[in-house]
Amino acid sequence: MRSDYAVVGKRIPKLDAPDKVTGRTVYADDLKLSGLLTAAIKRSPHPHARILSVDVSAAEALPGVYAVIHAGNVTQRPFGFGHDNTPLKDRVVRCVGDEVAAVAAVDAATAQRALDLISVDYELLPAVDDPFEALQPGAPRIHDELDIEGNVSMEWNFQTGDLAEAERRSAVIVSGSYSSPQAAPAPIETHVVIAGFDADGALEVISPVHMVFMYRKELADCLGLDWRRITVRQPPVGGSFGGKIDIDAHDFIAVMLARAARRPVKLAMSREEEFTGTRTRQPIHFQLRTGAAADGTLLFRHAEVVSDNGAYNAWGSHALLVAMNTVTSMYRVGTSRLNAKVVYTNKNYGGSVRGFGNPQATFAVEQQMEELADALGMDPMDLRLKNANRPGDVTPQGLEITSCGLSECLETVRRKSSWDQRRGRMRRQHRGLGAAAYVHVGGGARIYGSDGCGAMTKIDDSGRVALISGSSELGQGSETALAMIVAETLGVPLEAVSVSHDDTDVKPWDVGVHASRTTFVAGNAARMAAAKARDELLKGAAEVLDRPARSLTIRDGVISVPGEPTATLRYEKAVRRRLLREGSSIIMTSAFYDPPTQRQDENYVGNISASYGFGAHVVEVEVDPDTGMVRVLGLWAAHDVGRAINPMSCEGQIEGGAVMGVGLALSEELPVEDGRFPAPNLHDYGMPTAMDAPPIDVTLIETADELGPFGAKGIGEGGIILPPAAIANAVADAVGVRPRSYPIRPWKLRRWIETGERSHVDKRPQLVRDVNAR
Amino acid sequence: MRISITVNGDPVAQPVDPSDTLLSVLRERLHLIGTKWGCLTGDCGACTVIVDDRSVVSCLQTVGQIDGADITTIEGIAGRGRMMNDLQEAFVTHGAAQCGFCTPGMVVAAEQLLRDGVEPNGAAIREGLAGNLCRCTGYSKIIDAVLSVALARME
Repeated sequence: MRSDYAVVGKRIPKLDAPDKVTGRTVYADDLKLSGLLTAAIKRSPHPHARILSVDVSAAEALPGVYAVIHAGNVTQRPFGFGHDNTPLKDRVVRCVGDEVAAVAAVDAATAQRALDLISVDYELLPAVDDPFEALQPGAPRIHDELDIEGNVSMEWNFQTGDLAEAERRSAVIVSGSYSSPQAAPAPIETHVVIAGFDADGALEVISPVHMVFMYRKELADCLGLDWRRITVRQPPVGGSFGGKIDIDAHDFIAVMLARAARRPVKLAMSREEEFTGTRTRQPIHFQLRTGAAADGTLLFRHAEVVSDNGAYNAWGSHALLVAMNTVTSMYRVGTSRLNAKVVYTNKNYGGSVRGFGNPQATFAVEQQMEELADALGMDPMDLRLKNANRPGDVTPQGLEITSCGLSECLETVRRKSSWDQRRGRMRRQHRGLGAAAYVHVGGGARIYGSDGCGAMTKIDDSGRVALISGSSELGQGSETALAMIVAETLGVPLEAVSVSHDDTDVKPWDVGVHASRTTFVAGNAARMAAAKARDELLKGAAEVLDRPARSLTIRDGVISVPGEPTATLRYEKAVRRRLLREGSSIIMTSAFYDPPTQRQDENYVGNISASYGFGAHVVEVEVDPDTGMVRVLGLWAAHDVGRAINPMSCEGQIEGGAVMGVGLALSEELPVEDGRFPAPNLHDYGMPTAMDAPPIDVTLIETADELGPFGAKGIGEGGIILPPAAIANAVADAVGVRPRSYPIRPWKLRRWIETGERSHVDKRPQLVRDVNAR
Repeated sequence: MRISITVNGDPVAQPVDPSDTLLSVLRERLHLIGTKWGCLTGDCGACTVIVDDRSVVSCLQTVGQIDGADITTIEGIAGRGRMMNDLQEAFVTHGAAQCGFCTPGMVVAAEQLLRDGVEPNGAAIREGLAGNLCRCTGYSKIIDAVLSVALARME
């Protein structure tokens, strides 16, 4: 593989790091605007109730209050996937935290007093917070305005192959149930939105959202605005993890308040609102069966799934899209079937949190792989390697596997963790090893009509190269990766490159940051725009050096003719030569990259991504059998990143994702009692601290994807997918019981140890014998 | 009441309500916006500042109790005339900042930990920073950065 790059592959500190470590970075809540009002939201305290009346007269009369809005005095249309939600609820509240009214006032204290003066009369309705109860006949109807049965908002059904035949051929079938909790992205910066209209009626919104063009359209559709007159600016984002991907009710509310008050407003979520009023990770419940021949060849996988997405669909309803890919396409499984229902419940609803359905699905699929291996008497790594996806495979859903380092990832973590010497041999010390592996989109994900991103470059008379990208930086390091791609492509020093991506008036269109797509899609757009700029540079230099452009090379900003040490020209000079003359021109280029992929058809078949990312983890745990406490002693991670544009940032994504995954596996949860989260705060939520985070050993596997920029594939989500499954497998190795749900809290594990929770295995001795006799 | 405090070496006198938090005085009166808030309940550590040689979560610290105190925020950590100190440089070169929102509080807490003479090993540093949540990095690179400075400062 080529390794003589000047910039790509180097450990480059993030370009925004110096400002961040000195406190200079200005986030949304740090902004001050003249006349800025403080907004606050009156939320439902009930999980399900009819709104009988809303009286805002006392709040409106309070000095310092500029606007009080509720469904009765604003114009709004439904929003969200399936249009099942409105910013301010007008008839029914469906979860605690539902937005009922809002105020804009001169300061926070006045806004809070005004909220207290709003009186809302409710008629309580029966509520349901369990999706299986919500499916029962006679369960409370959560959306009686919709023509749906049994609170089922969506179904996802896929089948390929002859399931009955595959079952007959299976020597071993393992079945079991696997459940995940409601969890939160919990960025340290809560959601903050600032909205204001100029005197001419144009709207500017400042928001850390990261699908800005879609955000603009949804604002316009819901509020009846002219979307050509909306500018969205994105300040630096204090973490998202999917929590800030989408438009939320509070975004519309800020705009409605600004419109009513004729002043700009800032709406900042408190930490409690961040848990109760912004999007969560949906619990998904799997009934899974996997069958294999006696030699370990996988023959089928069958999942019956219930996704508990809460009070509204949002995009969280689509976590099944990713979960389905894992069920049908992780390893060569062939015959597969998935039937999933997305169910409404009276709870805060699910969104598009990092990993988006994959940690939940992998918890089921990868536990079952180790259960199957144990039932077959095989090593789980051997079982995985035997069935591993390989380059050239096309999976049942039509995913075209091109670059694929899955086997290398598995072999790497196997070796580094001393798996063969230690797995199954540490039970006396209550220690165990567990593994898991994933497939995830790594080359965009065509969910919308376009999966594209635009890029523009310009080179000014100083030699400054500006990249204007459609994408966004959330802290993950994409800005630095894009600058590196431009510097490498152009052959100029990294210091010469700047990146802008924060203003919809300036930047070209992009779907947004999701699906681990930015380095791949925005990176390819940047590479294409920079390649055009390079052509222009060399064309100008060819005139000066009197050599054909195709004979020139450029590296570190020096344009030269190979073999002629004296024929050189600094690139800045080439720029100025074509600028400072009659008939002058400057270098400005643009490109738009849309990956060669397909939207999945009505049968969920289609090559949704231009490449796929793979990875494997091994985790070592120690269990205290008396308390049920699980300690993670070590985590070995190997990820196929195609090519590491910036290895330090790749490691950062994997380490950060892995620790978020450890949190999911062991402690993070928003339990519901009587329809509410009893403790929506960071003390009780269970986010890992530095003491809870294990040491992590990361190996980057480079497979040089043929379509990725310099071979790179997406890695933003890979790290979080595996810890719940790998830790569950390690617990099973340590104490011999099978975790059925996460987080694996001590009280749960103690109960499983007491009841002896085991795998459910159906063996066909005759089939096993037949194969062994061969 | 009126308080007199020293912030990053500058004398500051402000009329305050004794129950105002140090965080609100720093951010809203003095416009020192490098100190962040993530919870206002003392759980995340994003608002950590140094008060008289102690790490303090400024969201819970009322100003009525700290008249006369010497306060250092992220803006003053490097010292006068310097952009960054060795710890901040280590955060940059080790890749210890991603979204950056926890970073000011993390740097301030780590600086006080170093001044308190934390043992130069990963376990001690992890324990010392357990009050500062980071959602991006998984802590590995933060611990590496702090450890490198702990070792360098011993020389």
